[in-house]
Amino acid sequence: MIILLSNYIIPLMILFVLLYGTYKKVPTYEKFVEGGKEGVSLAISLLPFLLGMIVSISIFRASGAMDAFVSLIAPVLTFLHVPPDIVPLALTRPISGTASLGVATDIIKTEGPDSYLGKLASTMQGSTDTTLYVLTVYFGAVGIKKMGDALKVGLLADFIGIIASLVICYLLFG
Amino acid sequence: MVHIIWVGLAAVGIVYAMFNGTIEEVNEVIFESANEAVYLIISLVSILVFWLGMMRIAEEAGLLTKLAQLFKPLFTRLFPDIPHDHPAMGYILSNFSANIFGLGNAATPLGIKAMKEMKKLNGDKDEASRSMITFLALNTSSVTLIPTTIIAIRMQYDSIAPTEIVISTIFATFISTIGAILIDRYFYYRRQGRLDYDHSIK
Repeated sequence: MIILLSNYIIPLMILFVLLYGTYKKVPTYEKFVEGGKEGVSLAISLLPFLLGMIVSISIFRASGAMDAFVSLIAPVLTFLHVPPDIVPLALTRPISGTASLGVATDIIKTEGPDSYLGKLASTMQGSTDTTLYVLTVYFGAVGIKKMGDALKVGLLADFIGIIASLVICYLLFG
Repeated sequence: MVHIIWVGLAAVGIVYAMFNGTIEEVNEVIFESANEAVYLIISLVSILVFWLGMMRIAEEAGLLTKLAQLFKPLFTRLFPDIPHDHPAMGYILSNFSANIFGLGNAATPLGIKAMKEMKKLNGDKDEASRSMITFLALNTSSVTLIPTTIIAIRMQYDSIAPTEIVISTIFATFISTIGAILIDRYFYYRRQGRLDYDHSIK
């Protein structure tokens, strides 16, 4: 059911956008190409972020330090039904979106995209955004120096997103 | 902060490898994983080009503005400090709509414009206003319908159902957004409470 629903969402959205665009007399193909160019530069600009983080995590994992770290905290986490391998992602998610994309990729690669961990990592990466990035970009751009409760609110919201991903994946896929 | 995590992972890994006898594996993995990152990006290009192209059509057809209209009644309640027809409200709504479609690049400039307008409303002070904090909370809990990048990565690693996580992501995003709004309200009323207390002492 979940797979079926998810399978329909994207094709239906595409169909709708194409038909609606034609109805509104948008030069669809031209606009598609225009937007697509942005996709190329976006992917290229992601490369250094992704490469840097993937190399760093691979070193951590290949050295055996990751396993040591995970088995250290495993007892507490398994008690809470939290897979210990997800911890590095939960820690990087609020700090940097591109960095956590690297971590999520690493989990998907090593555990497989259709494993429980793979799905959990995908959901976690997709469902929250990075507080520190949003905070720096938005407040930085307009020169807000006194942030008030903003950081606390943002980080707590991230925390809820992480917990929500854990619970929902446990219910849907666990 | 990301600097510390990044250096920490690599440095701890290398030092640990020296004692654990895994330095050979580490040496190999440095070049292997760098190579892999490049392949990964090349595979990401395909889906990003397609999706951003589609979304440009949606934007051009006025779907973003339509969506903004749909959410307006809700947002006037979320941002009681902003007058209904103030440009700040327009930018907040279009930023939100762009986020829903996963258009991070389009969302950021709109968000910055929204912030500028909110700063004006707040008398150009360098302090974060109530609306700014609410806006930030909404943005960090990121309402995204289609997590394009992660779907692309799942495809790259031969997932049998790359889009299976769309539903779980929507649920999680929904809950975290509700949570963010509640937390924001809680902190707002706490600030108000403290102000009242200060006034009563004076």
